[in-house]
Amino acid sequence: MTRPERAARTWRKPPFIANPLLRYGLLMGLVAYLVWAFGSLPFNWERIGEGLPRAGRIFGGGFPPSFERYDLLLTGFKESLQIAVLATLLGVMLSVPFAVMAARNISPMPVYLLGRAVIIVSRSFHPVIVAILFVAAVGFGPLAGVLTLTLYSIGFVGKLLAEEIEEIDWGQVEAIRAAGGGFLVTLVYAVFPQVLPRQVGLSMYQLDSNLRASAVVGIVGAGGIGGTLMNAFGRYDYAFAFAILLVIIAVILVSEGVSGWVRKRIW
Amino acid sequence: MLEIANLIKRYGQDEPVLKGLDLVVEDNSVVAIVGASGAGKSTMLRCINRLVEPSSGSIRLNGTELVALRGAALRRARRKIGMVFQGFNLIDRLTVMENVLAGRLGYVSLFQAVTRRFPAEDIDRAFALMERVGIAHYANKRADELSGGERQRVGVVRALMQEPEVLLADEPTASLDPRTSEQIMMLLQSLASELSLPVLINIHNVAQAKAYTERIVGLRHGTMIFDGVPAEFDKAALEAIYGGIEAPDDELTAAPAGIASGEES
Amino acid sequence: MVEQDEALAARVWRRYDRRERLIRYGVLLATLMVVVWAVQDIDIFWPWVWDAPNQISSLGGRMWPPDPSRLGEILSAMLETVHIATLATMLTVLVALPVAYIAAQNTTPNRACLWLGRFILVASRSVNTIIWALLFVAIFGPGVLAGILAIMCRSIGFIGKLMGEAIEEIDRRPVEAMQATGASKLKVIAYAVVPQVMPAFFAIVILRWDINIRESTVLGLVGAGGIGVILQGAIDTFAWPTVATILIAIITLVLIGEAITGMLRGKVL
Repeated sequence: MTRPERAARTWRKPPFIANPLLRYGLLMGLVAYLVWAFGSLPFNWERIGEGLPRAGRIFGGGFPPSFERYDLLLTGFKESLQIAVLATLLGVMLSVPFAVMAARNISPMPVYLLGRAVIIVSRSFHPVIVAILFVAAVGFGPLAGVLTLTLYSIGFVGKLLAEEIEEIDWGQVEAIRAAGGGFLVTLVYAVFPQVLPRQVGLSMYQLDSNLRASAVVGIVGAGGIGGTLMNAFGRYDYAFAFAILLVIIAVILVSEGVSGWVRKRIW
Repeated sequence: MLEIANLIKRYGQDEPVLKGLDLVVEDNSVVAIVGASGAGKSTMLRCINRLVEPSSGSIRLNGTELVALRGAALRRARRKIGMVFQGFNLIDRLTVMENVLAGRLGYVSLFQAVTRRFPAEDIDRAFALMERVGIAHYANKRADELSGGERQRVGVVRALMQEPEVLLADEPTASLDPRTSEQIMMLLQSLASELSLPVLINIHNVAQAKAYTERIVGLRHGTMIFDGVPAEFDKAALEAIYGGIEAPDDELTAAPAGIASGEES
Repeated sequence: MVEQDEALAARVWRRYDRRERLIRYGVLLATLMVVVWAVQDIDIFWPWVWDAPNQISSLGGRMWPPDPSRLGEILSAMLETVHIATLATMLTVLVALPVAYIAAQNTTPNRACLWLGRFILVASRSVNTIIWALLFVAIFGPGVLAGILAIMCRSIGFIGKLMGEAIEEIDRRPVEAMQATGASKLKVIAYAVVPQVMPAFFAIVILRWDINIRESTVLGLVGAGGIGVILQGAIDTFAWPTVATILIAIITLVLIGEAITGMLRGKVL
């Protein structure tokens, strides 16, 4: 039972990173990064200094929120909801072929790469950037919003669905193939039944997610409540802007609750 | 000396879990508390260090009334009460040494605790105790890399680091295989006599209780129905404590050699 | 046995029982009605829809080939974007951890703190980053500060909520053991809670950093700094080949960010 450390009897917690060079190097690197990042960013301190009085004015003007122009608010929300519903429907339907393409276990290599590429590209761009491009292509209005969120849904649902397809029980596929089923039959009888419950849950999630996103694509002119909000901000009508914000928050909370409830019921 | 008088614990409006317990434990004695699950063993032990709030009654440790303590005074009292748990209750992601030193948390400052700068004598004591139970070479290993028996040794050392005046052990062997649980019981027994420390052990293995303790207390439905030396603990007492309660006989009476009843939960 | 015989007596095969089928048709019908309403009522000029593929491909044609002449400017704006995301994520941690602490059932000091914490999390999560940016641009003027604050305000809810859940899901037993040693509440947290939530903490922060990189690419569209400012400028001046370069740069950045987070996640977990 005699051990070398017995004589010294000191103890230090073994450091998180054993190599001292690496440890202090990382620390120095972090400090250097912070100095560099803060130093290189252009802060307009004079303008920022005016912030507090401005904040006071904005919040002062914003309270109490004004629901006087509720008809505008209602129209905006109706449009957001319509955009979200249509985009979810289109997106969820279109995501199926792309997911099949992007599932490694059932698609040949070139098709797989194409499917993955579509999903990666549609996931890499924030919906607002996509929206601005669609607005440039097809003009202001909800059409750009629907197109944007459809692409957004394809990316998200397609990725998760593809992962789901990659994890299916392969035995069922073999069983259908053994019974003489072709590719489509196999897809319908062995693959889709295994991933369908998940797809329904995902659609609900995506509807919720699209409703959130539809509130912001309007900021760049793709229709919905976001445009109304942007206009209110532009006209310094903060009372109306805060009213819109409050309603957005309320709608999002309700939609999150409903979507969560439905998903719980299905799973 | 630990004196429990008329200890009552009830949750809400339910039937009390403990119905007026009286128990006096002298210094330097090992007491086994036996009883079926739900008899109130664990609740009684946790009332002593107030992890469970007693509804009424009195618990005195070396003259200090524990039931009325609040805040800092309660924490000072808890320092003197070591506890060993059924599930070891180690912090898996910390090293064995940190787990052991955690026993000193009631004594050191928050700064010392967070930066792990424990006083030299604490570290000395930690190494001495770990060597005593044979885990010193694991000091810098993570706690979850150890086997069950080794983990329980860490638990025991952590409790002893508190320099306790009484040691509570809540089913210390229930999660271990028979051979290891023998070792832990032997360890508790010998530590009690080395450190002249009163030890209360909740245990459901009656054979082990008889082999390693000097006194057996039997609980049933929150009432004490047996109190005596192991020799007096006969079939009748066993029947009185466990009678009518579903429990395999061999689990209760397995020989200390531990050939039967291989249960490792 | 009797029940089984009864069940076997009615041997008509149906995929779903009557109640299930009714619910299914009901849901289907309701969905259909909502969709029909949305299609009929939405303010879309349908000829444009049929023309959309042409318009989109024509826009794509105008973007090709990408024009790299402003690459230097674009790269420095990308760097600014990364800085915004990184600094905001770091600063968020400082705020989100205390909020998570008071918003977790098992660590919160009292009910009032619990509800305050939950309110902060819900408020933060319900407002989109770009709306936060709109607000901060109005307050502090256009620039990176508004961007950093906007990203922070949205991330607090994300990190705070997930950390709060991680705290609520810890193993209670080490907490009990630490309490039994006479440790104060802060010491119990330092020893029994912090080590347990460490892996979740790193995973959550890395995940949020990845999301923040994407989010910070759009801040500029409302004037809150980063690559979005240049993108907006290029679109406004119809400099489509430059827009294409910016889009390629964004995709590259996002993919690099994803690769880094994947690597870090592998290291940490």
